[in-house]
Amino acid sequence: MPRLSVYYIRASLVYLALGFTFGGLLLANKGVMFLPAIWAFLPIHIEFSFVGWMVQLAMGVAFWILPRFPVQPIRGDERLSWLAFFMMNLGIWFIVLQIATQVEWLTFIGRVLELLGVGLFAVGNWKRIKPLGS
Amino acid sequence: MPILTRWFLKAALVYLVLALCAGILLALPGETLISGLFPVYIHTLAFGWLTQLIFGVALWMFPKYSSAQPRGHEWLGWATFILLNIGLTLRVIFEPLHGISPSTFSSWMLVIAAVLQWLSGLAFVANTWTRVKEK
Repeated sequence: MPRLSVYYIRASLVYLALGFTFGGLLLANKGVMFLPAIWAFLPIHIEFSFVGWMVQLAMGVAFWILPRFPVQPIRGDERLSWLAFFMMNLGIWFIVLQIATQVEWLTFIGRVLELLGVGLFAVGNWKRIKPLGS
Repeated sequence: MPILTRWFLKAALVYLVLALCAGILLALPGETLISGLFPVYIHTLAFGWLTQLIFGVALWMFPKYSSAQPRGHEWLGWATFILLNIGLTLRVIFEPLHGISPSTFSSWMLVIAAVLQWLSGLAFVANTWTRVKEK
């Protein structure tokens, strides 16, 4: 497994733990209400569980197992995928910051960063989506 | 394919069917009487189906932990499976019931469901973390 996939997948595991923690608190609070204000964390639960865990895991595994090129660099221009990793994670935390501070434009910046991250990842790995051996 | 992966994948398929049944109930004309059904629909899809499918495939395909213990600590893998499925089943039963007629029993069943699902996530992370490594 390449180093970048290790970063992506371990980050996704961290978000899985965080997403499950917020999700567990929300469900428990639904049963026995101990903190009504916790519903404000619902968007964080969704962001961590969907973008942080599922999307990022898929990107990490894709970077690892997509067909490689026969000559170096075997995974194409890795700089794009590295940049995508940082943008995705920065984007997630901008969105979390918006929920904590209620500054609306932070979510906009976060979503743009996530879009740029996914776009860079797609460009960086586009040509790896090919028949084996070609 | 390891036996635990087979359990994960078959349970994931069962939850996919359950999720689509919940989707049909939600799509019935008129206002649904079951207020807790929408979160059940979302979580059987995202957690029971997708996440459980990922857990099973990751257990099978990720780099080996060691030659003696290729899939890490077996008990942690089984704990993940059992906690996840008991926790989610409790949620599927008691979240709609709690929406219709809240009781102390259904309240605490939701708390237990939350704790079990949370522990299943932590068990998966603990067992998978060291298998995510450079070649």
